[in-house]
Amino acid sequence: MERLSMSGISKRFGGIHALSDVSFSAQGGEVHALMGENGAGKSTLMKVLSGAYDHEGGEIRIDGNRASIHSPHEGMKLGVSIIYQEFSLASHMTVAENILMHELGEKFSINYRELNRRAARLLDEMGFSDIDPRSTVSDLTVAYQQVVEICKALSHECKILVLDEPTAVLTNHETEKLFRLVRKLRDQGVCVIYISHRLDEIFDLCNRVTILKDGSTVGTWDTNTLDHDSLTNLMIGRELTDFFPERNAKIGAVALEVQSLRSGSMVSDVSFSVRRGEVLGIGGLVGAGRTEALRAIFGADKRDGGTVTLHGQEVHNRTAGEGVRNRIGLLPEDRKHQGVLLDLPIRDNALMTPVNPFISVTGWINQASERDKVQELWKELRLKAASQDANVSTLSGGNQQKVALMKWLVAHCDVLLLDEPTRGVDVGAKVEIYRVINQLAEQGAAIVMVSSEMIELIGMCDRVMVMRGGRMAGTLEGDAIREENIIELAMGQDNVH
Amino acid sequence: MSTDTTTTTRGAKAPSESGQLSIVGLLIKYNIFIMLAALIVASSLLSEHFLTVQNGFNLLRQLVPLFLASIGMLLVILTGGIDLSVGSLAAIGGMAVAMLMPAMPFEGAIALICCVLLAISAGALLGAMNGIMVAKFNMAPFVVTLAMMTMARGLAYMLTNGQPVRFDRELSTAQILKTFGSKGLPWLGIPWPIVMIAVIIVVFILILRRTSYGRMTVATGSNETAVRLAGLPVARYKFLAYTICGGLSALAGIVVTSRTSVGTPVTGMALELDAIAACVIGGALLSGGKGSVTNTVIGVLILGLIGNIMNLMSVPAYPQQIIKGAIIILAVLLQGLGNRDAKI
Repeated sequence: MERLSMSGISKRFGGIHALSDVSFSAQGGEVHALMGENGAGKSTLMKVLSGAYDHEGGEIRIDGNRASIHSPHEGMKLGVSIIYQEFSLASHMTVAENILMHELGEKFSINYRELNRRAARLLDEMGFSDIDPRSTVSDLTVAYQQVVEICKALSHECKILVLDEPTAVLTNHETEKLFRLVRKLRDQGVCVIYISHRLDEIFDLCNRVTILKDGSTVGTWDTNTLDHDSLTNLMIGRELTDFFPERNAKIGAVALEVQSLRSGSMVSDVSFSVRRGEVLGIGGLVGAGRTEALRAIFGADKRDGGTVTLHGQEVHNRTAGEGVRNRIGLLPEDRKHQGVLLDLPIRDNALMTPVNPFISVTGWINQASERDKVQELWKELRLKAASQDANVSTLSGGNQQKVALMKWLVAHCDVLLLDEPTRGVDVGAKVEIYRVINQLAEQGAAIVMVSSEMIELIGMCDRVMVMRGGRMAGTLEGDAIREENIIELAMGQDNVH
Repeated sequence: MSTDTTTTTRGAKAPSESGQLSIVGLLIKYNIFIMLAALIVASSLLSEHFLTVQNGFNLLRQLVPLFLASIGMLLVILTGGIDLSVGSLAAIGGMAVAMLMPAMPFEGAIALICCVLLAISAGALLGAMNGIMVAKFNMAPFVVTLAMMTMARGLAYMLTNGQPVRFDRELSTAQILKTFGSKGLPWLGIPWPIVMIAVIIVVFILILRRTSYGRMTVATGSNETAVRLAGLPVARYKFLAYTICGGLSALAGIVVTSRTSVGTPVTGMALELDAIAACVIGGALLSGGKGSVTNTVIGVLILGLIGNIMNLMSVPAYPQQIIKGAIIILAVLLQGLGNRDAKI
């Protein structure tokens, strides 16, 4: 009998189908990989399983019994535990307090000796007797914090353990330790569901793999019947549609040139150049340092090395303000928290730039001409909103993104760094954003676009640079911009065909 | 129209649709105006003396220090901070002007202007210290200004060993200050402090609406990360808010001294709490990004009228505090209802 069986699961966010009629099953005593591109629905499916999301239609069975899970607490009671990339640990409390947290609230007084003893036993069973249950969680390495998180899940009955990209933040050595732990749990009969982008890990660790694509199940295979190539092809398997509008941009002189850029721990060696009228894509896995590279070029993060040349002149942006004065604009990946002021009107959002021709030296705003300019951009970008005074929160995702772009057009930025510009917007809005990007390129802007969606990189970009581990893994041009090549570069396979 | 609201995420406030404003919606939207009107009606019914010009002037004149502190507080609250030191800085301002006047080498209007400017600068300087701690060193505003509240009050006591500062009332400088505090315009007899506060209110309304500093101050409180990533100097907006708040607080203390002709270190006790209350009644969000000068002014008037009404009804002082607290809760509750209404 299957330990877990989910069938006919659907989930919509607004008008977007995140999951449609997905079926997924896994057994006790196996490590089952769940794979797919970003946005394929892996995390959504697991959130449905945990009870963080409600599902529409379909049913979940655990050990053959129909399970009704409507909150993470109910999920936990049925033995479902999920370890996310961001841990849910109380970082200022001790290891033991975290592992046995659910018991802390049940008793009036706490016997710390007993608590520490039991936590130590659990850690010992997992092969991590070197973690002191009395130490503070924030003092541990990320890998050990993950172990604590897993032990916390195991402290109550755990039948199904979901690991969401657990190795993204781990070193090789730490990964090995984690794998030993996962195998141990598998041998104890736990059903482990493993989400990862790293093909090697899948073949190393997992018995079976289920592939999701655009919110539907592609199928389930035994891993020993697959190899790297066939797995990659199964994940792609889609035609490039005429999703992407024509672009007739004249490619001009080099606008931005970056050489051996270093910044923090995430960007160690990045070089590229982009010309006027050109759209350069940056592909790679989450955590490859793409966002950080853009931020360092813009000036939002400190640059530790390398040069940035704009229109032939070397510049050093130490703050975002200097970046804007050098006419670079950055569209951040997290639109709602970094890109726009949700609770303020469109006009205030468009004004939000240090290079604003409608503000005199005294700070006084020329409201009439500012209104005219916003009106002009409004038409140009085909914005859909009630009025200039409408709060940005009332707009759809695509229109919010247009508002976030407005300020850079007010400031005459001609090098635009776009970080996941179409994240979290529906298909129609995506096409609109592509149209705007094309329009800007046609007007002579140089565009750098980070994207995790293969199809977007292929459809939109003149060239694609792929990053891996903070370095440039390679650049693809013309016909070489294909999904398999991007994936191979991003994941570190050298057998590019 | 209603489909728009379903697409907005949790956390983001749903739009209030202009097309479907019901009477209840209007009542909630303009709740502070209605509350103010109700208080005025109630007061005039309770006492025939209430709706006289003289009573109006008296009431407003008493409220001038609170107006000043509340406007300063509003700037800070808009950035998402809080300033607990305004009462203590008012004491510093009131003391400073009282001590400086006799110490000036010359007398008269010019001397007074110098004294006032110096006293305001003292407040602004201490406010700037708050600003540096918050904006540059990323310390929690509550903690920084709590420390400043204690230190500035201590300084005020230390200056004269806890004694009130009396100054020679025959001094022409002091006489001009007294005239400012007690007399008014020849025309209609509007008291000078009221003229001054009217000008200041208009200036700050314009600053917040029509200058980039004002609008970006609001933007900073609304979403600091977005403003920083837009390349704007977030730290400067915060620093200026605390500095201006310090200066306005000192001016509040000077106004108190002008009325009483004595500078005391107990000036402005709990002024910060009334100022916060006025902002909150006026609909400002303590998390920043929302609030207006006009509404804060109404918040001050509501607080003042509550006191006035209870005095007219001869409610003793202690129950007055309980009623005041209850009205603050009521005002904020009404605003909460308004927001919840929009979320549906």
